[in-house]
Amino acid sequence: MLSRHKLLLHGASKPVVFLLCLLPFFWLFFGALTDQLGVNPAETLIRATGDWTLRFICIVLLVTPLRVISKTPTLARFRRMLGLFTYFYVVIHLLSYSWLDRGFDVPEIVKDIIKRPFILVGFLSFLLLTPLALTSFNKAIKTMGAKRWQLLHKLVYVISGLGLLHFFWMRAGKNNFAEVFVYAGIVALLLGWRLWQFVKKKRLSSVSAGAASLI
Amino acid sequence: MLIKTQSSGFDHSVPSEITTQAAYQGRRDIIKLMATGAAGAAMAGWAGREAMAQSVPKPGKLATLAGAKSLVAGAVTMENISSYKDATSYNNYYEFGTDKSDPAQNAHTLVTKPWSVAIEGLVKQPRSYTLEELLKLSPQEERIYRLRCVEGWSMVLPWVGYSLSELIKKVEPLSSAKYVEFVTLADPKTMPFVGSRVLDWPYVEGLRMDEALHPLALLTFGMYGEVLPNQNGAPVRMVLPWKYGFKSGKSIVKIRFTDKQPGTAWNKAAKQEYGFFSNVNPLVDHPRWSQATERRIGEDGLFTKKRKTLMFNGYEAQVGQLYAGMDLKKNF
Repeated sequence: MLSRHKLLLHGASKPVVFLLCLLPFFWLFFGALTDQLGVNPAETLIRATGDWTLRFICIVLLVTPLRVISKTPTLARFRRMLGLFTYFYVVIHLLSYSWLDRGFDVPEIVKDIIKRPFILVGFLSFLLLTPLALTSFNKAIKTMGAKRWQLLHKLVYVISGLGLLHFFWMRAGKNNFAEVFVYAGIVALLLGWRLWQFVKKKRLSSVSAGAASLI
Repeated sequence: MLIKTQSSGFDHSVPSEITTQAAYQGRRDIIKLMATGAAGAAMAGWAGREAMAQSVPKPGKLATLAGAKSLVAGAVTMENISSYKDATSYNNYYEFGTDKSDPAQNAHTLVTKPWSVAIEGLVKQPRSYTLEELLKLSPQEERIYRLRCVEGWSMVLPWVGYSLSELIKKVEPLSSAKYVEFVTLADPKTMPFVGSRVLDWPYVEGLRMDEALHPLALLTFGMYGEVLPNQNGAPVRMVLPWKYGFKSGKSIVKIRFTDKQPGTAWNKAAKQEYGFFSNVNPLVDHPRWSQATERRIGEDGLFTKKRKTLMFNGYEAQVGQLYAGMDLKKNF
């Protein structure tokens, strides 16, 4: 037990996690430089960065259940970094689409967002993630008050749903849902666990409230 | 990095970019001469490399299937031919998997010998043709067509085959036949994804009779001077250069003449997204992909602006009259 905590608290643990999170980026970057991204590199880049955004959402949502179930509170210190990497990948995803697919043609992009529900939902997810990334520093928590800050950051539940919808609609064109269902299953499990905890806590508190009224 | 501007891009190639037919043919002749002539084996190897460099690919992996230069109007585009590697490793062939790299990996299980195509329905001469009979039915032609995928990418591919109309003339459809239906192979034993519910198998495609009779509609047996690789629809497929790629059914086993518009695979799967006609049309967008632009695989760099898509994929002069007076927004 102690050694695990020590490992997670080690000075190198954060840099190591940081580098791990950057690995997909490096892989794609060098892939693009050396022409290793397959026949249609633009498509590969856009898809891979979208995949990694979804994966990071899952990883971020995993932190709390893992922390509670494994009784490892120290895990929480990586959550902000993982959250920011989610934003990092969604920004690259948006950039790759805007640049490689739309050639930074802003009117074209706006038209695309209005016309295509799946792009609109993707863009909305990005917009909703932005305040979370912007309020990720310590002072923001102080200024906002912990309660309000926490409420804002619960937006990630909505964002995960929108992200999945974006992916689902993208794949709907080709009736190709296998991967979508895998991500949806993971997100459902992670959000379901929270719901279950919430109900349990409510029941407990109502029991204790009942007990209190008896006294 | 190659930066293309609109003026040097797609609509009208600058003359210097175009390989003239004479030069193109000349190179082929030189290469052939070198490969077969006194220069011997060493020179043949060099000629092979030269052939690749000149975009006259003859990959030498499969049996040769040569075709004479086609004289059909619009049948030979002068654009750079896509690489054989790209053409055979980036395929949509859902029977072998939904990822574009799946068919190249999985299609080796497809059994193309023996093969026959049944001609059925409203036709005077219903019968089954063996592949060998079909190959000999009319002289093989080489056609260099643009291929535009509904997903927004394109290639330029040298096909070998002959106009479907040659076969249609032979089998004599009845006057009641208004449509042609193509049924492609759906063999769960050799096609791993036929078990999936992605589409309603077998894959069915169709054409109106006048479209099927258009000389550009190619009954295709080969590409790059060889027989078709499995992932590209061996041993016989359709190629319809003015329509999105998915209209061109692969590995055809049945051609039926009907009086009703066939229910096609993608139209059945998503009616509002894939119409029966599916002509390449930059003005009618797909809900997921803008059709105004496209990326030419292998030629347009990562940061090159996508090129403008042409009406009927650039074959408007040839096929436009088939759709005269039709509302193409409704009949997409």
